[in-house]
Amino acid sequence: MKIVTICGAGIGSSGILKVNAERVLRKLDIQATVVAADIASVREVAADAQVILTSAEFVDAIGETFADVIVVENYFDTAELSAKLGEALG
Amino acid sequence: MSLPPLPQSAIVIAAHAADWRAAVTLAADALAASGAAKPEYALEMIRMIEEHGPYVVIAPGLALAHARPGPEVLADGLSIVTLAEPVRFGHPHNDPVNVVLGLAIVSADEHLAAVAALANVFNDSSAIAELAAATTAQEVQRIMGSA
Repeated sequence: MKIVTICGAGIGSSGILKVNAERVLRKLDIQATVVAADIASVREVAADAQVILTSAEFVDAIGETFADVIVVENYFDTAELSAKLGEALG
Repeated sequence: MSLPPLPQSAIVIAAHAADWRAAVTLAADALAASGAAKPEYALEMIRMIEEHGPYVVIAPGLALAHARPGPEVLADGLSIVTLAEPVRFGHPHNDPVNVVLGLAIVSADEHLAAVAALANVFNDSSAIAELAAATTAQEVQRIMGSA
């Protein structure tokens, strides 16, 4: 399974989401590859992704996709991430 | 996993900012003061927010101001600005902001260890309030675990 985290720069915030998503997936015992990318490359990077994690600001720019788009409010709240990822993948 | 350098020159306590642009500029100025970025890095960080919106407010009260690696970045570095009066970035959930982190990264490939270290600090939900209440640069370094 592939999960893509998206932010404006492809570093920083998407990196934090990647790190915390990996921590949560480990606890949920879900195997997945998590890739951080910038919004400009979302079409290419997320073409084969099951889930896209991002902020509300990027939902329109991501546009049509086969992936579940999950909007994260607090990037450091692993409980929020765990609940949202669990729901999407469970 | 280690945090980017956070010297005392990159820490500003209880600063006054009229709006989010001023707050981001303070975080960039602090990166310039520590030698991590050129002063023009401020414009890059502001441009990211103008282009993509206030997504940099990644947790309640906390903005992670950053742009891409580029000629304005001189070294990996972190800056922290706490605000005497919080400012709004226009984020639907996490406004207002009273702690601004400035992040300068030389290489995108190698930055994940740095943000993992940031996550270690802020996954503790009390860290933002502790930073906002800190009165000295040493205290900020202690909270960040970078003293």
